[in-house]
Amino acid sequence: MEWETVIGLEIHTQLATRSKIFSGAPTQYGAEPNTQACAVDLGLPGVLPVLNAEVVRMAAMFGLATHSTVAPRSVFARKNYFYPDLPKGYQISQFELPIVHDGYLDIELEDGSSKRIGITRAHLEEDAGKSLHESYLGKTGIDLNRAGTPLLEIVSEPDIRSAKEAVAYMKKIHSLVRYLGISDGNMQEGSFRCDANISMRPKGQQAFGTRAEIKNINSFRFVEQAINYEVERQVMLLESGATVVQETRLFDADRHETRSMRSKEEANDYRYFPDPDLLPVELDAAFLEAVRKTLPELPDARKARLVSEHGLSEYDAAVLTSSRELADYFEAAVQAAGGAGKLTANWVMGELSGALNKGDGDITNSPVSAAALGGLLLRIEDGTISGKIAKQVFEAMWKGEGPADDIIEQQGLKQISDSSAIEGIIREILDNNPKQLQQYRGGQEKLFGFFVGQVMKASQGKANPKQVNELLRKLLDS
Amino acid sequence: MYQKSLVELAADLQKGTYSSEELTRACLQRIRTHDERLNSFVTVTEAQALAAAQAADTVIKAGNAGPLTGIPFAHKDIFCTSGVKTSCGSRMLDNFIAPYDATVTEKLLGAGAVMIGKTNMDEFAMGSSNETSFYGPVRNPWDETTVPGGSSGGSAAAVAARLVPVSTGTDTGGSIRQPAALCGITGLKPTYGRVSRYGMIAFASSLDQGGPFARSAEDAAVMLGAMAGFDARDSTSVERPVDDYLAQLNEPLQGLRIGLPKEYFGEGLDAAVGDAVAAAIEEFKKLGATVTDITLPNTHLSVPAYYVVAPAECSSNLSRFDGVRFGHRADNPQDLQDLYTRSRGEGFGDEVKRRILVGTYALSAGYYDAYYLKAQQARHLIRDDFLQAFEQVDVIMGPTAPSVAFKLGAKADDPVSMYLSDIYTIAVNLAGLPAMSVPAGFSNGLPVGLQMIGNYFDEARLLNVGHQYQQVSDWHTRSPRGFE
Repeated sequence: MEWETVIGLEIHTQLATRSKIFSGAPTQYGAEPNTQACAVDLGLPGVLPVLNAEVVRMAAMFGLATHSTVAPRSVFARKNYFYPDLPKGYQISQFELPIVHDGYLDIELEDGSSKRIGITRAHLEEDAGKSLHESYLGKTGIDLNRAGTPLLEIVSEPDIRSAKEAVAYMKKIHSLVRYLGISDGNMQEGSFRCDANISMRPKGQQAFGTRAEIKNINSFRFVEQAINYEVERQVMLLESGATVVQETRLFDADRHETRSMRSKEEANDYRYFPDPDLLPVELDAAFLEAVRKTLPELPDARKARLVSEHGLSEYDAAVLTSSRELADYFEAAVQAAGGAGKLTANWVMGELSGALNKGDGDITNSPVSAAALGGLLLRIEDGTISGKIAKQVFEAMWKGEGPADDIIEQQGLKQISDSSAIEGIIREILDNNPKQLQQYRGGQEKLFGFFVGQVMKASQGKANPKQVNELLRKLLDS
Repeated sequence: MYQKSLVELAADLQKGTYSSEELTRACLQRIRTHDERLNSFVTVTEAQALAAAQAADTVIKAGNAGPLTGIPFAHKDIFCTSGVKTSCGSRMLDNFIAPYDATVTEKLLGAGAVMIGKTNMDEFAMGSSNETSFYGPVRNPWDETTVPGGSSGGSAAAVAARLVPVSTGTDTGGSIRQPAALCGITGLKPTYGRVSRYGMIAFASSLDQGGPFARSAEDAAVMLGAMAGFDARDSTSVERPVDDYLAQLNEPLQGLRIGLPKEYFGEGLDAAVGDAVAAAIEEFKKLGATVTDITLPNTHLSVPAYYVVAPAECSSNLSRFDGVRFGHRADNPQDLQDLYTRSRGEGFGDEVKRRILVGTYALSAGYYDAYYLKAQQARHLIRDDFLQAFEQVDVIMGPTAPSVAFKLGAKADDPVSMYLSDIYTIAVNLAGLPAMSVPAGFSNGLPVGLQMIGNYFDEARLLNVGHQYQQVSDWHTRSPRGFE
């Protein structure tokens, strides 16, 4: 039987606020355990939550950027369950009335087509703390630094049909929240993670199959692996006549498999009800209009602009707009390079990305700034140096030896474009290689390349390659 | 001096008749002499009180005294007090010392009031007789075989017994008004949102409201003026200036429109209580008020709605008492489940457990719509009843409680009959309205309370009405025998 995979993702994005969603404690990552948790985060008797207005603004930005409805009235609800790292015994979340609902996002597929993924809802909630099972022999440590960290949980429609689509969707959301500046998207620190709901159905069937939920996946690679494993597992079950059990599963990144965590029967009854400590969030049109004005240019619009403004290919524009920082870098470099779009694109995606990847670096702290790269590209454009010499100059710039012009000057890398000088070198090469000259003139035309190589070598790569070609052709054929 | 009102004491302090330290020592002596019988205090903070009194004396000498500077008060043990145990009447918090002050604590201490101690209460404010306290029941000074009412029983008994001039309470379903009535003193539950709930240990968040106990409306006005106000730390507190509650006390009641809901005078009301209330209403007529019969047709929904909403909220509010971070923790827990079940099993008393169970059930999947949602709908109907009534009248009056103080143990094993002792007070909390109980006579030597319900933020009018009544009656000046 042919099976169709049905996937819905719940993405938890940590919002980039300075303080927590319901308290004034800082949200900085990596502090000593329990140093960033105030009385409210600890859930001490008598304390009350106060909503951080910043999270509302950020959620509204996300809603506007995903063609969603930003609810004029949304309500915080308590999700009740006991766990040691959940200080109050309930998580403040949104249930029946989320702040954002009914939107969509278009993703690009490998074949170049695009697909629309529905966004069911996005709601605000607080994160729990962390239980530390290591290093406390037989006991569990509780770190409440994370408790109360603001999250936006983005729930997709079950529109996703493969692991690849899931990754494309997750990457698109990741890029979007970073464009909006509402999350740093740092996956190692847990600022961006997802749960995947996966089910299978015979191709052509409308009704959904029984789903399994895989919890807490924190990398794009793991999402792909987890979904592929789960699809295989479910298909195997179904084809052998067994059934899929509705349950929550965990992805084991070391063994590349999912494991059962709890079944539907063991699932908590969360006893949601509106949190009486918080008023409903009421937003009016004026507020939304003000937020709309702060929206930056979004990835899709920026991509289209790069194509039309700089003549880039769709592919190049998509790569360059995959993150706001990369796109910012590219645009600054293009400007410094006098508008040489394609050349800049090639360099940013080629030499620069290669160097960054090698060094585990990040575009935001690249040793070669956008302005500096643009300065180098200008020298290619005006013929001062060749593309090949430029790579040599780039390496020197990467090592911090200064701006392109200084390096070219100091190392004498300026391209030789003086015809008589090049002609002099050519004549010398022809004189020194009579045998090859004879063979060439005897019909072995592939020796042309040999002469080019010799001339370039003699000029230490500085001879203008175009002129070398022209002059060599003229002198050889005369 | 323990018979004097807050206002008189403040005047004497400013005149230098005696110092705050002397007054404080006198209160401490009263507590030592009488409270062993009453059990109205969980903690007496003698050292802190004397230090605060001395500080107040300096302020008074410098001529910077306010109306509460140097005045001793008793604080319900539900308000967090930095460095002083806040037990909430529970074994669960017998070891809990808050690292911060509740907003109400902060305001009263900031106004120069001297905290004498923390008062006994029903466990987590769940009860109407003060019998559910881990620290044992409080006795009513008018008859030590009867209850003082609850949940703020200790605060009410301490003021009635002249141990302190004023105290604080909280009212979720009548926990200020009912003990005020049973102890023969004045107690005011403000509009929901008027007094900050920050640092007040939550029972039912949408109903809880702090307020004062005093022996007169005038003293209650001074207390409320200090306790009320917007607090950015409580999202449900209302951003609205606090009225000058003293300024309106002397307004005449000529033309005041009083409504008497027929539902508050029906079956279940003790006849003698009804008679006392009727006599009080006659006094208001003499003061120029007009009296109209009104109806609050959804009154019968209030007890059932309350006993869904309050337990539902409490079941969630009390989840934080899990033995993990503070409060009672079972010895040698075997695993997490054992830690939870034994810590909570040992830490909570029966009434608290009963309400957690009821609330958990009411919020469960499949029951939420039938119980919680229905109760919220009932709340709207109850509120609408009041709003309609306030189109015709200025103040609604009736008995605070259906009977005078009942015997200790009489209702302890019958939760439903206990719940019905709040039948006239609960609707006010469901609607979020302000209401006050003032002494209005006696039945068999036990005090009767008259309840006055006002429109939203109409505390100044309630205090005015109460004060004018107290100008023509002397019930509030009477002391229980043995405490004169």
